[in-house]
Amino acid sequence: MKEKIADLEEKARRLRVAIVKTLHKSQSGHTGGSLSAIDMVCALYFHKMRHNPVDPAWEGRDRFVLSKGHAAPALYVTLAECGYFPAEDLMMLRRLGSHLQGHPDSKGTPGVDVCTGSLGQGLSMANGMALGLKLDGKENRVYAVLGDGELQEGQIWEAAMAAAHYKSDNLCALIDSNGLQIDGDVAKVMNVSSIADKFKAFGWNVIEIDGHDMAQIVAALDEAEAHKGAPTAIVAKTVKGKGVHLFENKASYHGVTPNDDELPEALRCLGCCD
Amino acid sequence: MIATRDAYGEALAELGGENDKIVVLDADLSGSTKTGVFAKKFPNRFFNMGIAEANMVGTAAGLAAVGKVPFLSTFAIFAAGRGWEQIRQSVAYPKANVKIVATHGGVTVGEDGGSHQSVEDVAIMRAIPNMTVIVPADGEETKGAIRAVAAYKGPVYVRLGRNKVPSVFPAGHKFEIGKGVVVVPGTDLTFITTGLMTAAAVTAAEKLKAEGISARVLHIGTIKPLDKELVLQAAEETGAIVTAEEHSVVGGLGGAVAEYLAETCPTLMKRVGVYDRFGTSGKSDELLKYFGLNAETLIEEAREIVSRKK
Repeated sequence: MKEKIADLEEKARRLRVAIVKTLHKSQSGHTGGSLSAIDMVCALYFHKMRHNPVDPAWEGRDRFVLSKGHAAPALYVTLAECGYFPAEDLMMLRRLGSHLQGHPDSKGTPGVDVCTGSLGQGLSMANGMALGLKLDGKENRVYAVLGDGELQEGQIWEAAMAAAHYKSDNLCALIDSNGLQIDGDVAKVMNVSSIADKFKAFGWNVIEIDGHDMAQIVAALDEAEAHKGAPTAIVAKTVKGKGVHLFENKASYHGVTPNDDELPEALRCLGCCD
Repeated sequence: MIATRDAYGEALAELGGENDKIVVLDADLSGSTKTGVFAKKFPNRFFNMGIAEANMVGTAAGLAAVGKVPFLSTFAIFAAGRGWEQIRQSVAYPKANVKIVATHGGVTVGEDGGSHQSVEDVAIMRAIPNMTVIVPADGEETKGAIRAVAAYKGPVYVRLGRNKVPSVFPAGHKFEIGKGVVVVPGTDLTFITTGLMTAAAVTAAEKLKAEGISARVLHIGTIKPLDKELVLQAAEETGAIVTAEEHSVVGGLGGAVAEYLAETCPTLMKRVGVYDRFGTSGKSDELLKYFGLNAETLIEEAREIVSRKK
């Protein structure tokens, strides 16, 4: 298991490098929230989820919804690493004609099942997937990654209510709680605390973790799968911009990309020599 | 006489038996929208989402993403209004196979008043790319339309009404998405109508005949995509168009026809509908008269436009 965790950590490091390089190339996109979510996305795709990059529409796959769609770079570098599409495509992020849209678009990108980007909508879609899979008697699970600022959207709580009502235990929401949103601290813009208490009050199984501790992420995902009768919310404390000190805990790096001056230092932080 | 929502309930329950991929969602109005008929027959495929339309739309999109054919229903004001951006992002943008069947469209909602009378829904649904927008004239057309949209792959908005409406089409009428129907032939002008205004136009055309005015009635069941061929034909052959709908004159059928003809065949035109205002409480037949949504108004407008032709 230790080896597995070390592998996932190394994978996540490489994915961070890819995020930084991709965003440096595109000069448009969301750096902070991609780096805070990547450990969880990495654990899902390389540890937890059943999926098949050769056959993205494989019926037996688990489903993933990036509700905080602006973290698209985190998803795209992961899908590329899995082999859903060539890594070169990443260099076309947000360009005219690219399948890698600013926010995930199921119409063009292999491995993307739904369109997200307008915040607050992904959990509802994940709910629908979970209900549909259960209706078919399938064992497949549905994972949704949400932002903490995103929890300010009322639709999230409509969805939270419905998932508990329908006892959708095949649904797991991971909350990337990096504490920052565009205008500043989540707690100052519109406080959503306590996230764990809120989900508990809505009838969810709640697990609180350090969202950058791979062992904790893996354990939480396993625990979520074992929990029956209610959906699980993994409330993950994270650091916006995690891995690159230049970007860490800075709301200003929400939608700002690494520039030419920052790139070498960013890559150095990530243990990258090339 | 049957309400289009009753025809919907019946058709949906029937389709449910033919296609087990069909699932139905409602937001606490299943008795009124008539999805309750389906719910009774197929309880495990019916999801009451409570009074939470935004989540209902997203849930339907998720169900579609795993291969289901979701029909979601509530009143038009809530389906199109409350759910607009969810419909745009979660349904239309990915071209999700979600059918939004909204009942209680227009002013015939009646006593509940302006808060509940959707006169904008067709306009705001029509503005979204990838959307198909359907407004049936009567019960038979509704049954055909529901069957057609179930077979069609992609997002659709169907607008139905609360009250019983006169029949326009015979039993077994086949509905084709995107195709208008010339219900009454005519040469002096064309009523281009949708929803319950088609029956009013048929009545108007009969009365006008006695005055020597030959009015064509072109029923447009699919507002988007518009049947451009029949609209253009009507403009070219009759030279005068009166549109009529139980909806705002902004952005609905009248808007669609005006947009198209202005660029292809500028034609004398009059739009009958709700003139950029909210509804109000009253009995539905009183409201139709109050807003001029009846055969009498159509007759007056026909006389007027035919006189302007000369």
